[in-house]
Amino acid sequence: MWEYTDKVKEHFLNPRNVGEIEDADGIGDVGSLACGDALKLFLKLDDAKEIIVDAKFQTFGCASAIASSSALTEIIKGMSLVEAEKITNEDIADFLVELPKEKMHCSVMGREALEAAIANFRGVALPMAEGEVVCECFGVTDLEIKRAVEESDLRTVEEVTNFTKAGGGCGKCEERIQDLLDEVRHTARPILIPMSGPKRMTNIQKIKKIEEVFEREVRPTLKKDGGDIELIDVDGDFVIVSLRGACVSCAKSQTTLKEYVEKKLREQVLETLIVEESKI
Amino acid sequence: MSAAANVIYMDNNATTRVAPEVLETMMPYFSDLYGNPSSMHVFGGQVGKVVENARAQVAGLLNADPSEIIFTSCGTESDSTAILSALQTQSDKRHIVTTRVEHPAVKNLCESLDSLTGHKHRVTQLPVASDGTIDLQRFEDSLGVETAIVSVMWANNETGVIFPIEEMVQIAKDRGVLFHTDAVQAVGKIPIDLSKVPVDFLSLSGHKLHAPKGVGVLYVRKRTPFVPFVIGGHQEHGRRGGTENVSSIIGLGKACELAADHITKENTTVRALRDKLEEGLMERIPSALLNGHKTMRLPNTSNISFEYVEGEAILLHMDRFGICASSGSACTSGSLEPSHVLRAMGVPFTAAHGSIRFSLSVYNNEDEVDFVLDKMPGIIANLREMSPFWKNR
Repeated sequence: MWEYTDKVKEHFLNPRNVGEIEDADGIGDVGSLACGDALKLFLKLDDAKEIIVDAKFQTFGCASAIASSSALTEIIKGMSLVEAEKITNEDIADFLVELPKEKMHCSVMGREALEAAIANFRGVALPMAEGEVVCECFGVTDLEIKRAVEESDLRTVEEVTNFTKAGGGCGKCEERIQDLLDEVRHTARPILIPMSGPKRMTNIQKIKKIEEVFEREVRPTLKKDGGDIELIDVDGDFVIVSLRGACVSCAKSQTTLKEYVEKKLREQVLETLIVEESKI
Repeated sequence: MSAAANVIYMDNNATTRVAPEVLETMMPYFSDLYGNPSSMHVFGGQVGKVVENARAQVAGLLNADPSEIIFTSCGTESDSTAILSALQTQSDKRHIVTTRVEHPAVKNLCESLDSLTGHKHRVTQLPVASDGTIDLQRFEDSLGVETAIVSVMWANNETGVIFPIEEMVQIAKDRGVLFHTDAVQAVGKIPIDLSKVPVDFLSLSGHKLHAPKGVGVLYVRKRTPFVPFVIGGHQEHGRRGGTENVSSIIGLGKACELAADHITKENTTVRALRDKLEEGLMERIPSALLNGHKTMRLPNTSNISFEYVEGEAILLHMDRFGICASSGSACTSGSLEPSHVLRAMGVPFTAAHGSIRFSLSVYNNEDEVDFVLDKMPGIIANLREMSPFWKNR
């Protein structure tokens, strides 16, 4: 049993604006019987063709699909087309207070129907339908998936399935969905380019670079807490430093050295460097 | 709609009410008679005797020997135990024959065997016809020297379709292949006589026949090689470790005794109610299709598809009237695809999403059937009015 909010139940049991509009200015028809839900949205505009004066719908689907359709029509009635174009699936879900995460695709269907209806009015093609089909079971394109990832900040394949249904059938496209997630979120694992051995630097080069990083980043940060750092020596990969000021008595100074100073130097100077405190 | 008094419960293939007589029998074992059946003292030992009585009651319903009854925690555990035992006792055989319409307890286990055991297995999932029945020739042809076990349900939980287990066992026996049947839905609804049907393993579940949840049985025929699944103490003669769920076992024993008394009623009164409901719905509601064979079916189950509407929406409207049933629609399962059983039968998507399963019990009455017949046409019509496909069908 799904946990539906009272608002979802209200709009499911007493849906608003059910029906057709005979002389509609735009009709959006999305989903199919095979997919298990479908929505046909009718828009009627004012004489200037700028304001949505009426909206009606027909829906085949579960309670949240019907409630999302009802919510959508309530949201857009009286709205200008320009405003309506900005409606997202999150707006529909918010109107209903909340939808179970597995049912978010119902709100996405609402937004898609709205876009389709507006495109139909303008006589233009739907950009989303032009992408490459990724999920064959539910006919979801890469453009639709990418958009859902961006708009709803999706992080996992499961979330993408909840929002778009993609991957919810045979599951063969899960890898492709992960690729799209990586592409949009820039989370792809870095590609390792093999190099010809480790980077080599002379001691003088190292000292110069380390001093630069200290001056530019490390000292200003430590000074904020009343501390400071001084470079004592560089011996191969060992960077010998001395802590000053508040750092001397700070219980976290070792952590600062390893987690912060060493990390900075490894990032910006040489990956093999080891930072140690001067024993003198 | 939470009070039981206002509920018309037609979802008995999901679970059943605990029979009042069963509950009454169980009560002392929650309080005064809390002894451990394994104890040496009389206080515990007297409980052990009642557990043995329950074992005899279960054996009685199946016409089996009490020593062939192992109490488990549920039907799923029984299924896993049987199949994994057969694979362990015949380590040279790695082929399993089952069907496409099995309960997830068998289906998902068979699909997970490779990762579970670290060996490669071949699983034959036999197809079914559009009425849910099986082709015996095809079954016979699927068996080979490599086949370790056949696992085929006695009756389907979604459609109620009954498989010809008696013939299938014979075919398997002739080739020396072990036979397991998940009889969770069949026990108590149709007569089962294991002295005539020589299955090696049979699973049943307490909560499907008016005993509580959390208790099941695995029947293992005498002399069938057996390796336990839950390993531990000497309980169940070393065949299933773990302290017995005493009160539930006693409840299950009583429920089996009641089931033997009720079996005629199931096949007369309950069947008549089911038929009245089914015929009434098909008559009053256009574009309604019956899923499953008309006669080779459990007497309590009716699975009907209402085309062009979606099952979850139907169920939630029914719920407003306190009518409880199930659906094979995608939305109710938590997955995005409709029931694997209906898809295996080739039920078109237009109908699979709108399937409703009514499953009755001896506790239903004619007033309830009349009430459902009165309410359903309006619910379906209302949703169809809203459906973009209804007018242009």
